Amino acid sequence: MKSIFKILLLSLLAVLSPLASAALNVFACEPEWGALAQELGGDKVNVYNATTALQDPHRIEARPSLIARARNADLMICSGSELEIGWVPLLLVQSGNGRIQPGSPGYLEASQFVARLEIPRIIDRALGDIHPGGNPHIHLDPRNIAKVGQVLTERLIAIDQANAEEYRRRADSFRQRWDSSMQTWARLAVPLKGVPLVVYHRDFSYFINWAGMQEAGSLEPRPGIPPTPVHLAGLVEQMKRAPAKVIVYSPNKDPRAAQFLSERTGIPAVMMPFTVGGNEKAKDLFGLFDETIARLLEVMK
Amino acid sequence: MHRKTLCAMAMAVAWSAPLSARAEDAELMKIRDEIRQLKEAYEKRIEALEKRLQETEGKAGNAAVAVPQGESALNPGMSAILNGVYANLKQDPNTFRINGFVPTMGEVGPGRRGLSLGESELGFTANIDHRFRGSLVASISPDNNRISVEEATIQTIGLANGFTIKAGRFFSGVGYQNQIHAHAWDFTDAPLASKVFLGNQLSDDGIQLKWVAPTDLYWDVGVEAGRGRSFPAGPDGGRNKNGFGSGNLFTHLGGDIGSSTAWQAGISYLATSPQNRVYGDVDSTGTAVTNSFSGRSRLLVLDGILKWAPNNNPAYTSFKLQGEYFRRSENGGLTYDTQAASIGTRTGSYRSMQSGWYAQGVYQFVPEWRIGYRYDRLDAGTTSIGLVNAGALTAADFPILGGYSPKRNTLMVDWSSSEFSRVRLQLARDYSRMGLADNQVFLQYIVSMGAHGAHKF
Repeated sequence: MKSIFKILLLSLLAVLSPLASAALNVFACEPEWGALAQELGGDKVNVYNATTALQDPHRIEARPSLIARARNADLMICSGSELEIGWVPLLLVQSGNGRIQPGSPGYLEASQFVARLEIPRIIDRALGDIHPGGNPHIHLDPRNIAKVGQVLTERLIAIDQANAEEYRRRADSFRQRWDSSMQTWARLAVPLKGVPLVVYHRDFSYFINWAGMQEAGSLEPRPGIPPTPVHLAGLVEQMKRAPAKVIVYSPNKDPRAAQFLSERTGIPAVMMPFTVGGNEKAKDLFGLFDETIARLLEVMK
Repeated sequence: MHRKTLCAMAMAVAWSAPLSARAEDAELMKIRDEIRQLKEAYEKRIEALEKRLQETEGKAGNAAVAVPQGESALNPGMSAILNGVYANLKQDPNTFRINGFVPTMGEVGPGRRGLSLGESELGFTANIDHRFRGSLVASISPDNNRISVEEATIQTIGLANGFTIKAGRFFSGVGYQNQIHAHAWDFTDAPLASKVFLGNQLSDDGIQLKWVAPTDLYWDVGVEAGRGRSFPAGPDGGRNKNGFGSGNLFTHLGGDIGSSTAWQAGISYLATSPQNRVYGDVDSTGTAVTNSFSGRSRLLVLDGILKWAPNNNPAYTSFKLQGEYFRRSENGGLTYDTQAASIGTRTGSYRSMQSGWYAQGVYQFVPEWRIGYRYDRLDAGTTSIGLVNAGALTAADFPILGGYSPKRNTLMVDWSSSEFSRVRLQLARDYSRMGLADNQVFLQYIVSMGAHGAHKF
């Protein structure tokens, strides 16, 4: 009788843990961190991307599927700085998973490890949906990817000691390839220096800062508030006086406002990949930066 | 530093010029002019650089100051919810009742006529330490200035293996909408089924254990044990014993369908043993009497929710379909006129089987606007009253329990200027009262200030 019970219990456990494979489960809040984890973890990690390039990471609901994935995660990597404040806290509480709670090596807020831009002096919701910790969209500066990559490697090693050698080897290889790509990108991006551009949301600031471009305006009147006709009319006037070279927007944004401004001013509007998976060419982090720079250079011709 | 070198160079050139081969005055003038221009240009650039340096230093200084220090740095996340309503009700709200169903003695009515301030909510949330998270939601009633505790819980964070334990006062995990705070509801008021089966919204003092299965398909199982402080176990007063007054079992399944749809379905079973659960009615002589029920009450709830948004990005457009089905059986004794205000106290058997459901859809057609429709339906089912069956009293002595199937149609449209504010217009035709239609118009605002909330799916 007892042994039957044991067998039943064991088979139940077997059914319930199809993910009992050795690979580390990585829960990435945004695709760029999923891609980084894949670069650094290789086949030792099992990456789940909670969002896609077509979603606004600020406007995600704590869907049951996300809770289920957070439940089994060994490591959660997110941008942080309140970007995911509407859903990640719920995942943390509801998943009942001690491995990914703040303070444990399995919880990584990428923005905590880089110098953040646009830390607001005045914190007031009348200014829009501002983030007191600074702009959380840190991944479009390739130097930040390198910094977060280092931290992520340390975390992977801390969690999965057995594969430490493999993680170090992969980190070295990634670092070398990344550094050489960064040199290429820096060379390619020289013509972008000082070029004025209009953004949709302030999710492009780190790239602007890295490339030395100049933000001439944003389609959103205030961060997180959708474009209004009055604001767009003002931008049209502004662009007549001091035209920008390009209008950029992310795949998760409605292209109509950008197209409207483009039609009125003749300034090209370009959908940038924004993150990994943002278009066919941005398949990984390397492709993301290749493509971002290429698209901007194209409209400069 | 640079400026000094530049000046020295300029002077050297200027001095040496006349000493050299006695160049012509015109040439000298030209060189002097060029040097002056160079000097000016450099000075301008240095000035600009110095200004930039100052600005950057200022910013860095500010950032350092912005980091909170001392005791207040560990303040919990605080939020306040304000809401106000204008109500235009055809029927007098003081006569509100839902015929066919035992009154819950809770706040189920449509509120006051005219302008009124709704309950203001204060919320505090923070991690207590590395094991617990605490949350307090207090509501301030605008009429009697009473502060009541809506929710006050401690909850484990990351207990491991998918387990979570919650204790304190919380909204019971029965059905779907019951766990959602009123300010996050899609309509101004609760579904009729929530009103008759859960006294609007069931919150109990107790403990909840929940387990999330380690599967990719979301599956949770939970159990709650509570004091039974409010309907259907209460209201308070009758029960005075150790142990639990209510128990609830629930389970949910959920997941995604494709890349644009998410769903969740659940079953819950709430078991309570009401003791002297009183309610008021008017008997056949026209006297207001107090009746009471003792026995057992069992409530089964099926709930389902489907949310659609293109690529699961609800920033621009989304659709939400939500429905719940309730079925309750009660079995025990009914005491008529406990205060002996009319013909005198009598007790007989009581048995009922009742059900109700609602379905609602809310469509966000542009970023800031949503429109929604809800249909409510209750079925008073069968109620067998021993005192009536035996001929001791007549059905007219229990008018509220008379068979009737209330229904309601509700239409709403709301506008959200941001994630933090909402203005809603709601129109309803409510047939809760037997034979009387109540046309209801609500114009409402709900805003939240402070900490950014995170709402359950």
